[in-house]
Amino acid sequence: MNGGQDLGGTHGHGQVAPEPNEPVFHAEWEKRAFALTLAMARPGGWNIDMGRFARENRPPQEYLSMSYYELWFYALEAMLKERDLVDDDEIVVGHALHPPKPVKQTLSPGDVAQVLYRGGPTERATDTTAKFKTGDRVRAKNINPVTHTRLPRYVRGRVGTIERVIGCHVFPDSNATGAGENPQWLYTVRFDGPELWGDGSDPSVKVSVDAWEPYLEPA
Amino acid sequence: MSGHDHDHHHDHDHSELSETELRVRALETVLTEKGYVDPAALDLLIETYEKKVGPRNGARVVAKAWADPAYRARLLKDATPAIGELGYAGRQGEHIVALENTPARHNMVVCTLCSCYPWPVLGLPPVWYKAAPYRSRAVADPRGVLTDFGVTLPKDTEIRVWDSTAEIRYLVLPMRPAGTEGWSEKKLAELVTRDSMIGTGLAKRPEDLA
Repeated sequence: MNGGQDLGGTHGHGQVAPEPNEPVFHAEWEKRAFALTLAMARPGGWNIDMGRFARENRPPQEYLSMSYYELWFYALEAMLKERDLVDDDEIVVGHALHPPKPVKQTLSPGDVAQVLYRGGPTERATDTTAKFKTGDRVRAKNINPVTHTRLPRYVRGRVGTIERVIGCHVFPDSNATGAGENPQWLYTVRFDGPELWGDGSDPSVKVSVDAWEPYLEPA
Repeated sequence: MSGHDHDHHHDHDHSELSETELRVRALETVLTEKGYVDPAALDLLIETYEKKVGPRNGARVVAKAWADPAYRARLLKDATPAIGELGYAGRQGEHIVALENTPARHNMVVCTLCSCYPWPVLGLPPVWYKAAPYRSRAVADPRGVLTDFGVTLPKDTEIRVWDSTAEIRYLVLPMRPAGTEGWSEKKLAELVTRDSMIGTGLAKRPEDLA
């Protein structure tokens, strides 16, 4: 979706403000919101792309005015409510009012280290052949889905070069909607700064995105 | 951090708490009562990223690459198993690529669409990495961003920005500072800052350690 999350090249956000000796979390509730989000993925039954879509799927003015853990937390709430795992009345009173729904699996303390260590690799075996090879010139398609995509607006319609054929990976545009993993070839595509930002922009800049094959066409 | 804190929270005067804080507490209680989460597992998740996983991991990787040419070659060829040799792997680091800074090329990593970051080697991202100023400008004006960090590079140095739009996570291998010949990996690791592994900074010089 062309939402508030797609920030590359937008103006007016000011300077970067690094915080010296920044703590990992800035408040107790951030810790709990973070951990709840990680712990609920398995019982909630959603994947990382559904989670990302839940965070970005709100009016841009809201997206930009919320802190990152607020985005995480309200996305978690939304995903839980969508799946009838929690109701609003329960959050209001702060207690379970309805019987739990059966869930696949919960995260026990004994599993935490192993689950984190295993992670969630997204590379998949394939019997297809990559359409592009290193050095090929490609154009990022001009697509504007209202659903989740990982092709940022600032490269759409622009011509770049395949720098690396990464492998066949879960396709977020499908995975986010529940349409399945639909693995696709993934490439690192490098663009010259002036191709993205126009004549007169810094020619020493090169920018790459990692783009799945359905995002690309030969140029 | 222990599970007992949860009971303690409810003793606070709620008027001091924001709407979001109240909702987070409420939701944790509901999810716990329903048996969906175990607060002890939440505590462990938090402890992992507060105490165990952080940029010291990445600094070890970089220091080893500086000190050991064979390791450096393995890291640049296929970073995920090379980093795994030091015991670092998993969530948000399933597919890692190491990017070598040279006098001719400086690498900088961003996620314009969200907050993708190589957790096993750098921990959780700082606020600025997730915020609009960095995400908007890193791809369009990386030299300006470097200025915000107090870094100026020669005009003819290529600035190579990597937007982490997929599940590939990028770790910058900063240049080894001069005057560190013969240093141990442990001492070299003290020169490696978090920002130098994102590409918004450079490694410290020996005189910075004094």
